[in-house]
Amino acid sequence: MNNRLIELFKNKNKDLLSVYFTAGYPQLDDTLTIAKALEKAGADFLEIGFPYSDPVADGPTIQNSSQTALLNGMSLKVLFEQLKELRKQVSIPVILMGYVNPVLQYGVEKFCADAASVGVDGVIVPDLPMYEYEELYKDVFEKYNLSNIFLITPQSSDERIRKIDHLTEGFIYALSSSSTTGKQLALEDAQTDAYFKRLKELKLKNPLMIGFGINDKHSFQKACSAASGAIIGSAFVKTLDKVVNATQIDSFIASIKQ
Amino acid sequence: MSTINYYVDERGYFGDFGGAYIPEMLYPNVEELRQNYLSIINSADFQQEFKSLLKDYVGRETPLFHAKRLSARYGTTIYLKREDLNHTGAHKVNNTIGQILLAEKLGKKRIIAETGAGQHGVATATVCALRGLECVVYMGEVDIKRQAPNVARMKMLGATVKAATSGSKTLKDATNEAMRDWINNPVDTHYIIGSVVGPHPYPDMVARFQSVISAEIKTQLKEKTGTELPDYVLACVGGGSNAMGTFYHFLNDESVQLIAVEAAGLGVNTGKSAATTILGKEGVLHGSRSILMQTEDGQVIEPHSISAGLDYPGIGPQHAHLFKTGRSKYVAITDDEAMQAARLLTQLEGIIPAIESSHALAYLEKMKFNGNEKVVVCLSGRGDKDLQTYMDYFNL
Repeated sequence: MNNRLIELFKNKNKDLLSVYFTAGYPQLDDTLTIAKALEKAGADFLEIGFPYSDPVADGPTIQNSSQTALLNGMSLKVLFEQLKELRKQVSIPVILMGYVNPVLQYGVEKFCADAASVGVDGVIVPDLPMYEYEELYKDVFEKYNLSNIFLITPQSSDERIRKIDHLTEGFIYALSSSSTTGKQLALEDAQTDAYFKRLKELKLKNPLMIGFGINDKHSFQKACSAASGAIIGSAFVKTLDKVVNATQIDSFIASIKQ
Repeated sequence: MSTINYYVDERGYFGDFGGAYIPEMLYPNVEELRQNYLSIINSADFQQEFKSLLKDYVGRETPLFHAKRLSARYGTTIYLKREDLNHTGAHKVNNTIGQILLAEKLGKKRIIAETGAGQHGVATATVCALRGLECVVYMGEVDIKRQAPNVARMKMLGATVKAATSGSKTLKDATNEAMRDWINNPVDTHYIIGSVVGPHPYPDMVARFQSVISAEIKTQLKEKTGTELPDYVLACVGGGSNAMGTFYHFLNDESVQLIAVEAAGLGVNTGKSAATTILGKEGVLHGSRSILMQTEDGQVIEPHSISAGLDYPGIGPQHAHLFKTGRSKYVAITDDEAMQAARLLTQLEGIIPAIESSHALAYLEKMKFNGNEKVVVCLSGRGDKDLQTYMDYFNL
């Protein structure tokens, strides 16, 4: 089986929309319902967050969703149980996103094996150091055909971005600014423009997806002008209410993509 | 001679522990520090200014006091390292003086910090006032309530105190908030972490600044007893900065028994505890691999201690290494035992200790002495900030 993520970027490399949501939020069993609704609404791939009690890279919206998900009883074990049905219902690429400690406790190899067996294509662990991935886990990820997605920020040096590009198979997650999640992208900003220009000039082998601060049609288009597409997280999580409503998800995605 | 290395290696590890587990957003900030901290703090200029401020501003060296009535009570010779006599009332200022000088050398204009009991927040606000830098201190909402005098001190010193309202609303959440602030302000801001925790180089850097404690103990003990090596060294451990400073220069002196005292809270098995080495296991928290209290799923368990400064679910990575190698013994003392030890010291020696330090004092009760030992206890801070807790507890 080919990695769906790599296949996707081979076939379509423009205006891609990826959506993040937290597993187990707003209700424990919403994971597949939301994934299905997002695919139907036109998301090109999905990032399913597994919650952590101390998410330092996240702003209040995603942190609150994680806290609720934990109270609902979400864990990696529960998530993998839920995802057993994933590939019967969803065909777009799926990435898991979360912090390193739950993965370490679960066991890195078991995590990769279970993720692969339920049809996950990639993983984002923002606080897993590059050196540790390279030395200890790269072979494991490759064995299970999982892409490991690294983040870069406007403060990342060219040298570091190139190293990340070398280690990555899939795409690179380019943060629009150095910030926690949920901040608004500045549409007219010389620094952002210079950063996007720098990224283009680096001519990386991996496609770029821009995330953090994308919350409407304008910011989506701005990101798409500089990369293969954009990732929406906090803005989508904010629209989820106590009861998941497919129509609402539909109109949210439509408001971004049209 | 030991073959185990107890100090940091080139990659920022103490044995299996340490490292820098941080999102990319923090990488440039931490990398800038990593690349510069040793050359800056080892430079003659820096050392001269650091030592001069420690002497004339902090009031070092702090006394090594032979506590005769306490010694008589336990049948041995007990010395108290009087970190409570430092300016601002605790050992915390040793580190903040060092880090503010470092931040200046790195050209930073704004300082952020986290605080539990408020001692580190006060120490940070103090050095920011001294050097004219903007200061923002994150403090758990719960701690803001139980440490009101320190909150007032920070405000008086010109700092902005921001409440951390997530999770347990205590030290770990204040640390998360401070890290978030740093992520959002990557260029002009330096984060003064107050303990030997966090991503490399913080655990090593903070330990180096605090190591003045053990350096002085050695000199002072030599003057008083003719030998620089005691039999026992005791210190309390939350994150572990006073203990690391107190142990630092003894780590390779294997004859010295190091005892680190954690907070058992209401009791190790009550679910209301902060006894990390007993209840915790290996994992990653706040940027380093160490030992932390966590669920089977790797979610951090909220700790409990009557002392806000020990109310932390992890320990610094160097402590995790000392624990795993057996170099230091880790024990736990309950809230009640600490409070009794506080009253005992107050009434025997006329010193009101911080509740944190009282945990170390309380362990004396559990030791067996033959009368010939030399015991050093780090009195990490004074109890002024804890008066309300003492009043409530003892119904004063």
